[in-house]
Amino acid sequence: MITIDRLQATAEELMRRAAIEIPDDYLTGLKAAAAAEDGDLSSFVLDAMLENYDAAKEDGRAMCGDTGCPRWYVKMGNEARIDGGPVALEAALRRATANATSAVPLRPNRVHPLWRTDHDNNVGIGAPEIEYGFEPGGDWIDLTTVHKGGLFGTDYRMLFPSDGIQGIKRFFLDSLVAFGKRGLACQPAIIGIGLGGSKDACMVLGKRAACLRVVGDRNPDPKIAALEDELKVLGNNIGMGAMGFVGKSMVIDCNIEVGYCHTGGMQMSVHAFCLSSRRAVARIHGDGRVEYRTNPDWFTDYQRRETVEWPQA
Amino acid sequence: MATGLRKIRLSTTPTDEALADLQIGDIVYLDGTIFTAREGVYMRVIEDGVDLPLDLPAVSAANFHCSPAATQHEDGSFALGAVTATASFRFSKWIGAWLAASGAKLIIGKGGMSPEDYRDHFVPHGAIYLTTVGYGTGALLGRGVKDVCDLYWRKELGLAQAMWVLKVENFGPFIVESDSQGNSLFERENTKIAANLDAAYEGTKPAVLKRFGETDDRKDELI
Ligand code: SF4
Repeated sequence: MITIDRLQATAEELMRRAAIEIPDDYLTGLKAAAAAEDGDLSSFVLDAMLENYDAAKEDGRAMCGDTGCPRWYVKMGNEARIDGGPVALEAALRRATANATSAVPLRPNRVHPLWRTDHDNNVGIGAPEIEYGFEPGGDWIDLTTVHKGGLFGTDYRMLFPSDGIQGIKRFFLDSLVAFGKRGLACQPAIIGIGLGGSKDACMVLGKRAACLRVVGDRNPDPKIAALEDELKVLGNNIGMGAMGFVGKSMVIDCNIEVGYCHTGGMQMSVHAFCLSSRRAVARIHGDGRVEYRTNPDWFTDYQRRETVEWPQA
Repeated sequence: MATGLRKIRLSTTPTDEALADLQIGDIVYLDGTIFTAREGVYMRVIEDGVDLPLDLPAVSAANFHCSPAATQHEDGSFALGAVTATASFRFSKWIGAWLAASGAKLIIGKGGMSPEDYRDHFVPHGAIYLTTVGYGTGALLGRGVKDVCDLYWRKELGLAQAMWVLKVENFGPFIVESDSQGNSLFERENTKIAANLDAAYEGTKPAVLKRFGETDDRKDELI
């Protein structure tokens, strides 16, 4: 049985880590981009970013003043049991979000869309988002918080089978060029692409591809993996770098996730996980042990299953 | 590596000579006092006619488009973490009247404003636009803030929109995006990048189903 105290304390620590410590995989990717960059302004920007991550860690302050919109991904092993059940879990995550907003501090970004009501704690109607996944076996819960920033860099379009790969490339470039100018997307970014599903599922897939997969990870379908590589190169060949200055660092990595869609369509979404690619993960075991990490490891074989039954025959 | 870029320390109440010397692409660090003001403050001053709560531009001629990650404790003291600019193009509507009302000479924000804003408002008022870097360098900027001097209109506008007055030292880096002539660094870079766009798009094709849209010219900006 996992206690609520343990869940809440872990969630608060995750909020702090996400805001302050850039994940290693993104950092490694950005260092590689900085080494390859030859535009003088773009290089200056990337060097300043690397210095900024150090400053954040040393001072224990948020890496970006816009601390984004904190959200939660909860994944439960099939045998996991929570003291108080899912309602208690949700309350604990809302409490942790509010407490961390003043403790770190984070910017109280969340307001009512019409009345602009601000509780100064990043909690409100539908905020923070809490999404769920399940895995066969295991008495653990994986808590992932993502502090997604950026009003720019995301787009959706209904494509069709006849658009093909050429159409996918066009929409990918359109999104990067449109939001890369002046660096509105705060690139270089992890670009997540959702293909298929339905409109809402496509958006969810793309966002998860950007936020829940690490730099260097590849889709298990070899042809999709090849497309990920190809799109990454395509994005970095636009000639645009950080802040929209001349350069070649636009995409730190490109991750694609797919879902079965209507036979007539090929939905596509594009999401940019910015220079503050903030995520932190912890596994809380049934016996109370807590292990922290930065790879959400969300997209398992089970999450991508194609068959009716599990395990596959 | 970044080479050949000019680095400049600038006062937040800069002289005309210091402003005239700035060129697009220069790297700037600020010393003095800055204040935050964005749509909440602009509407209150320009549309509602409320008097400025401090003596501008005597106290500061540097307006930061920013909401800091900060809280005010029960005892009135502040905890300030990271500070990062917000995108400035959204404030175009108020910027002319605001430059006149505040006497601001330095507008600091994310991503610059339009060439028309520079020509019609910045140049006549002798104002320069400085863009933050990255834009995620909030921790570095947070380091440059030495003190919270005042917080105005917290109750009326909320923490994010309130007017924060901050003492800063070696506060930066920023890049000069628009100089005293109204030249724009982003414009210059966009023009260079546009030359390569056709090549970048080779091997792609337009979507089968079109969308109503405002532009199909990829050399255009959307702001
Ligand atoms: S998009 Fe990311 S890096 Fe840019 S301001 Fe927002 S949180 Fe910071």
